[in-house]
Amino acid sequence: MKIKQTPGDIVFNVINYAILTFLALICVIPFIHLIALSFSSSAMAAAGRVGLWPQDFTLASYQYAFQTPTFLRAFGITILRVVLGVSLNMVLLVLTAYPLSKRNKEMPGRTIISWFFVIPMFIGGGLIPTYLVVNATGINNTIFALIIPGAVSVYNVMILLNFFRQTPKELEESALMDGASQFTCLVKIYVPLAIPCLATLFIFCTVGHWNDWFSGMIYINSSKNYPLMTYLQNLIQTPDFSLADPSQAELLAKINSKTYQAAQIVIATVPILVVYPFMQKYFVTGMTLGAMKG
Amino acid sequence: MSAQPKKKSRFAGVDKSLYLMLIPGAIIVAIYSYGPLFGLQIAFKRYDIVQGIWNSPWIGLTNFKYVMSYPGFWQIVFNTVYIALLKMIFRYVVPIVVALLLNEVLNLKFKRIVQTLIYLPHFISWIVICGVLISILDPTDGAVNEILKVFGMEPVYFLGNKSTFRPVLVISDVWKEFGYGTIIYMAALTGIDPTLYEAATIDRANRFQKMWYITLPGMAPVIVLTGILGLGSLLSAGFDQIFNLYNPLVYDVADVLDTLTYRMGLVNAQYDVSTAISLMTSVINAGLVGISYFIAYKVAGYRIF
Repeated sequence: MKIKQTPGDIVFNVINYAILTFLALICVIPFIHLIALSFSSSAMAAAGRVGLWPQDFTLASYQYAFQTPTFLRAFGITILRVVLGVSLNMVLLVLTAYPLSKRNKEMPGRTIISWFFVIPMFIGGGLIPTYLVVNATGINNTIFALIIPGAVSVYNVMILLNFFRQTPKELEESALMDGASQFTCLVKIYVPLAIPCLATLFIFCTVGHWNDWFSGMIYINSSKNYPLMTYLQNLIQTPDFSLADPSQAELLAKINSKTYQAAQIVIATVPILVVYPFMQKYFVTGMTLGAMKG
Repeated sequence: MSAQPKKKSRFAGVDKSLYLMLIPGAIIVAIYSYGPLFGLQIAFKRYDIVQGIWNSPWIGLTNFKYVMSYPGFWQIVFNTVYIALLKMIFRYVVPIVVALLLNEVLNLKFKRIVQTLIYLPHFISWIVICGVLISILDPTDGAVNEILKVFGMEPVYFLGNKSTFRPVLVISDVWKEFGYGTIIYMAALTGIDPTLYEAATIDRANRFQKMWYITLPGMAPVIVLTGILGLGSLLSAGFDQIFNLYNPLVYDVADVLDTLTYRMGLVNAQYDVSTAISLMTSVINAGLVGISYFIAYKVAGYRIF
């Protein structure tokens, strides 16, 4: 169906495309500027000459970042945390969502148990009580403080639970008839069919762990054990060059705290940018699932 | 004994493994979600590290009185609601407008590129975004001030100025979240019957009439729902963002309940006073979220489980 465009339509289209192009650009320009800054020399950065393209191109900031042991260590801690934390998240998500997705008839007491899990969505204990509980359980200052307290995301459980409910009952009924246990049904029927939803939640959990900085700041005592975002937060708030290694004088001449910070921020963001195109397909589904449930 | 047969029949044929599966998650929730809820009692106690949560002496409302009389407390409450309210409004309106504009785009490739780019900031940590903001808003060599200089304007210290700090908070927050906020509306738009647009075209409806009479009503249920659920964030001014951007120059306008809770608790180590603030915000928040979910349930049939 081809419709002739009126002059009004053309004007509208031009303005509309212009607005949307502008919006899309302002979402990426700050990051492009940051990347340009990270590849520029300190002199150009300090003079404010860097726009969207590196000036006086140098890799010095990156070389220095990759020679900073605390940075590399923080990166490693975050990777370990993502692997352990997301695995735990996913196992608990599936195990918690499955029983709660049953009907009351199949699982007496389901309503009360559901409320047990939902109430913490509405009211939390706040900063200090949570801090005291984490300390009392003896996991503070270990990587477990970063992964265990938030291991069960009730919001994600709700999304998965509603997805499980869309699985045709007949599949499970015939399996149960053949003598399968509930656990077998979950592993052999429900989980494989929920892969799109699980992929979405996997992304949410991974991004959550990658980006979290606060638990690192309050539960980890020594800054040498900080995860990446806590390390960066520390770096941005208190840019400290006093620890600079004098044997690196040649590199240090080409960088300043601004380019050095930019390089580390870029390195910390690249993993998200690399997986982003792959995850887009999934988070749109997940967002819709989460919103249109019930 | 008489109750035995009835109870047995209720659980007859129920696979006990369903309950076993819940145990690991339930233990974690019990310890790390319910534990802190019981810990809220120290808001009414004088917390003593040696005596712990249970054995510290009760002191009634002393901590609350202390908080209320804390200099600047009511300013902090005002800041919290003011910042949260502005964010709430912009976060609500901007995605609706952008979704309407995106819906008018016929070139699918262009639409997809725009969507990809505007969703991106949502996934970037506030730490990174605050790092970027501090860098580009720097009064001496930041990119934004370089642009201002080109136009012959005086450089502005955006993050150290009481009149510009809150706008920076609201704009950067909306910038980060507006794209992601459109997803839910774009999903609602795919549910609109395309024959409605065709019929309207035959009836010579113009673009704005179609937008007003077809697209908006098609989005209406979701618009109502997100509006109601958004009300639950009236006290969420955004700790991650404010904590990483504020500085003593702008405390007057930037300090909010969450940052006060943090400073009282972990900087001043006044655990009991900090918890008193937490308790107040928790209760008000729970009330707001509860009310918004209740209205959403009544109006839109929204259920969480």
